[in-house]
Amino acid sequence: MITRTIFAGFGGQGVLLMGYVLTHGAMHKGLDVTYFPSYGAEMRGGTANCTVTVSDKKIASPVASNPDILVAMNYPSLEKFESTVVEGGTVFLNSSLFEERPSRDNIDVVPVPIIDLAREAGSERGGNMVMIGTVCAKAGLLSLEETIKGMEAALKGKEKFFKANQKAIERGFAFAADGK
Amino acid sequence: MPSEKMLMNGSQTVGEAAVRAGCRYYFGYPITPQNELPEYLSARMPEVGGTFIQGESEVASINMVLGASVAGARTMTSSSSPGISLKQEGISYMAGMELPAVIVNMMRGGPGLGNIAPSAADYFQATRGGAHGDYRTPVLAPAGGQELVDLTFEAFDLADKYRNPVMLLGDGLMGQVMEPVVFPDFIDLKDLPEKDWALRGCKGREARAIFSMILGQQGELYRHNLDLQKKYDRITAEEQRWETKYAEDAELIVVAYGTAARIAESAIEDLKAEGINAGLFRPISLWPFPLPALRELSKEIPKVAVFELCLGQMVEDVILSVGERAEIYFHGVPGGLIPTPAEVAEFLRSTVKGDGKVGRRMEV
Amino acid sequence: MSTEIEYKKVFGRPESLKDNPTHYCPGCGHSIAHRLVAECLDEMGLREDTIGVPPVGCAVLAYNYFNFDMVEAPHGRALAVATGVKRVHPDKFVLTYQGDGDLAAIGAAETIHAANRGERISAIFINNAIYGMTGGQMAPTTLLGQNATTAPRGRDARLHGQPIDISSMLAICGGVVFVERCALTTIKQIRKAKKAIKKSFQCQLDDLGFSLVELLSPCPTNWKMPVKAAWDWVNEEMVKTYPLGLIKDTTGYEDKK
Ligand SMILES: Cc1ncc(C[n+]2csc(CCOP(=O)(O)OP(=O)(O)O)c2C)c(N)n1
Ligand code: SF4
Ligand SMILES: [Mg+2]
Repeated sequence: MITRTIFAGFGGQGVLLMGYVLTHGAMHKGLDVTYFPSYGAEMRGGTANCTVTVSDKKIASPVASNPDILVAMNYPSLEKFESTVVEGGTVFLNSSLFEERPSRDNIDVVPVPIIDLAREAGSERGGNMVMIGTVCAKAGLLSLEETIKGMEAALKGKEKFFKANQKAIERGFAFAADGK
Repeated sequence: MPSEKMLMNGSQTVGEAAVRAGCRYYFGYPITPQNELPEYLSARMPEVGGTFIQGESEVASINMVLGASVAGARTMTSSSSPGISLKQEGISYMAGMELPAVIVNMMRGGPGLGNIAPSAADYFQATRGGAHGDYRTPVLAPAGGQELVDLTFEAFDLADKYRNPVMLLGDGLMGQVMEPVVFPDFIDLKDLPEKDWALRGCKGREARAIFSMILGQQGELYRHNLDLQKKYDRITAEEQRWETKYAEDAELIVVAYGTAARIAESAIEDLKAEGINAGLFRPISLWPFPLPALRELSKEIPKVAVFELCLGQMVEDVILSVGERAEIYFHGVPGGLIPTPAEVAEFLRSTVKGDGKVGRRMEV
Repeated sequence: MSTEIEYKKVFGRPESLKDNPTHYCPGCGHSIAHRLVAECLDEMGLREDTIGVPPVGCAVLAYNYFNFDMVEAPHGRALAVATGVKRVHPDKFVLTYQGDGDLAAIGAAETIHAANRGERISAIFINNAIYGMTGGQMAPTTLLGQNATTAPRGRDARLHGQPIDISSMLAICGGVVFVERCALTTIKQIRKAKKAIKKSFQCQLDDLGFSLVELLSPCPTNWKMPVKAAWDWVNEEMVKTYPLGLIKDTTGYEDKK
């Protein structure tokens, strides 16, 4: 089992943090994991992305040719990475922000209204946590407990955010289960 | 006690490993993409009673390292390509004076200011001395993650064992990638072999000086160089390191180091599904280059594909190792772009077919 | 009957600036400094005779914004490169534009010796008390107590030394004729800065010697402050360590008036 996920969006959307949560959660679960952030000049343009590879075997390349999962938090990210996703892969979209959909029909598309769901979970700012919850649940990457553990490890020292984030992650898991 | 499994990026990993390997003196100057290393140590060194100084330049930093080394300490500096160029003078002096230290290079694209994307275009500089004079520095090339920990420890040990600067050669990608790592326990500084050559004041012994200028008219410099060469010969004989993978039944052998080797390894794994069996030969010591081991392997598998994150530097050592015994193909990606396993797979397919579409056959 | 309205252009882009949006962060001082330099070159008719040397720092891409000849120098070496250019073209106008890390840390030797030789060069020195481009490491000019990524507990005089006042240090060099420090954070100071830059340019045209204008400049991004707070910080805190005003003037321009 090897799963390569690209998280992409504007700086400030918590894109790198989503990757962190998955990375920590996977390590906690005993899997091998690599996390590769975009850095430097790319960040200046206001966009950010990271590639997280999770596997039950030792991972060779931290660079992915074709991600199995794309998490597009804005439209430019969808445009940029859509064509790289493997056939049969999954694209998670921030449907609170844009209406465009992938033009390919050989990939699964999961629109996630993260702002509405986050609001329901108690804080509009938890959109990225809703998203990572949905991704981990739908793709079967991590259990709810493992995802929460991952979040807590990723935000060590910022305990005051744990509760709200946990609620948002739970909301993401619930959405993944019943599409509501 | 060894640490728990921790998630750290490559630069931070080297920082923590250095501290545990007994380094208490770090001197460096900021440069992307390795700033996380000095930043990490600026917070970490005070916790272990160590010293962190941001020098006013790379030139100052390497000479602070020279001073700390001559005073008997385990010491380190780090930078990325343009900064490493500035350190070359100091490295040459330390080689001449036989002073141990660890120098980390997280390579980026050049020449000149280039850019901050990962690259591996400093192979010649690292393995051929880099500055003036007849000297060598052992170069260890980790593939990231846990190996960064292990080779940081080894780099300090090698430096002390041979009284010589040692380079740890990574790249910008390795510095940024975060992976789980485990650190061995802190070594006890008291367990390190005594450096009886270090300068601590001449109380109870004759005063001594450590220098690289050797003026004598009776061939003193000549003899000094021969002595250094004897040491380099010993290192060449004893310190070659490499890893071979998937070499059984391989029809082709891929030679790559560092990040390039990891990308190539994924390509090799992906190609198995197509019935292409490629093996990986990964040099870990770039100087001394594991020449005899590669020579032996190329006798069994007479097709060699070299992949580098530059336009062809290590390939010259491969040619020296393999000669006319095997066909040698090369594909390189210059600094500024990060190749994917798919791109390497294309190269390997093309090499197997011999269609010359990706890569080129090297004249030997 | 139609009324003709006559438009008169009262504000526009100086010719010495290209029509390119800069990459500087909102509230950064670099963009203001660029505009001042460009206005002065325009008003003094120097654009076509100018060769500029940008730094390695956030302004490394200044050649995308300045509309005159420019040559990159390695980090800190701008004044050495400028010396070479000026000696080949003594009749041309040569300026450097450098950050605090570039001019006062890695380039300190080049800076001191170009100044001391009295090179006929104008140096524009952007002091933002931090390494902007590389992400907020300590600069030689970082204030005591100020946090930086390589001084996580703040600058401590015992560990890191005092903030360096390179302008005053340069003032004691014989070849230096004019040094002034201004800020980019009040209208009054911006006006003063423009005057100082013009005077520095005049020193070079009159073959008097080396001159430098230091500009205290906000870096909201790496100071981790909102823009307004960063600008206030220049006016309230930075000026305590780096008092504004004339530091050296042996031009005699005022006497002549
Ligand atoms: C030889 C070398 N060392 C280090 C660097 C990395 N580097 C680029 S800019 C810079 C400092 C930038 O700070 P400053 O000069 O104050 O300019 P600012 O960005 O703050 O305007 C450093 C250390 C480099 N490019 N070359
Ligand atoms: S990092 Fe600082 S100096 Fe650089 S552009 Fe942004 S605000 Fe300006
Ligand atoms: Mg600065």
